[in-house]
Amino acid sequence: MIPLSWYLILSAALFSIGLFGVLARRNAVAILLGVELMLNAVNINLVAFWRYLDPAVMTGQVFAIIVFAVAAAEVAVGLGLIISVYRQRSTIVAEDIDLLKW
Amino acid sequence: MTALQVLFILSAAVILGSALMVVTVRNLIHAALWLIVTLFGVAVLYAMLNASFLALVQVVVYIGAIAILFIFAVMLTRKEMRDRGPQLNKTWWLAGIIGLLTFGGLAWLLNNWSGFWKTAGVIPAGADTMRDLGVALVSPNAYVLPFEVASVLLLAALIGAVYLAFNRK
Repeated sequence: MIPLSWYLILSAALFSIGLFGVLARRNAVAILLGVELMLNAVNINLVAFWRYLDPAVMTGQVFAIIVFAVAAAEVAVGLGLIISVYRQRSTIVAEDIDLLKW
Repeated sequence: MTALQVLFILSAAVILGSALMVVTVRNLIHAALWLIVTLFGVAVLYAMLNASFLALVQVVVYIGAIAILFIFAVMLTRKEMRDRGPQLNKTWWLAGIIGLLTFGGLAWLLNNWSGFWKTAGVIPAGADTMRDLGVALVSPNAYVLPFEVASVLLLAALIGAVYLAFNRK
């Protein structure tokens, strides 16, 4: 049998890779890709805890479904923002988008 | 080593390898395609965890909608930085250190937790987790309110996205 630790370590590694992507990438779309990796890592954790702690209570899976919905909303708004910024400034390099910087 | 463990190690290798490609590859279209590989690996994990509905939703929503949306966004904004210039910023080494520290910290924290080596209990025969999930999502005693709030959130986000990306000219 697979112990719970395998899933937790895998999702910790996936989360760290996503964090690296968010912090290190210059392209705003690539930053959103990193965010997706982190959300998936969280979802693996939620489902693994649901399965290993108490499969009769559906809280873990319901949380995972809410995360799906939030991820879809986040991507839709994020990509809408990126396309809007691209129209205005014709760049999507995160460090060049400094409209709000004083 | 059982077949299940071999399957887990294979899918974990696929997930981590393709995730590394997502954050390092130069061509963003390729990054989005590698993301699809990662999402497939995660769907396999859901299936291994008896969360069959989530495995299906992962393929339909994540791969079918979100990854395709990413590919569209890359194509719509590609002119500027095709494959020119560095794809990582100047402080990428710092980001790498932060990522490694996060992983180390999480691993240390989890290692000190008593339930770390817990194994899965058996799901009793006759229990239908997919049915339980459906009931939990619409039952007033369970999660009907978060479920409805999530649908309102999705609607608001979609209207917001259309408004943001709408070309007023």
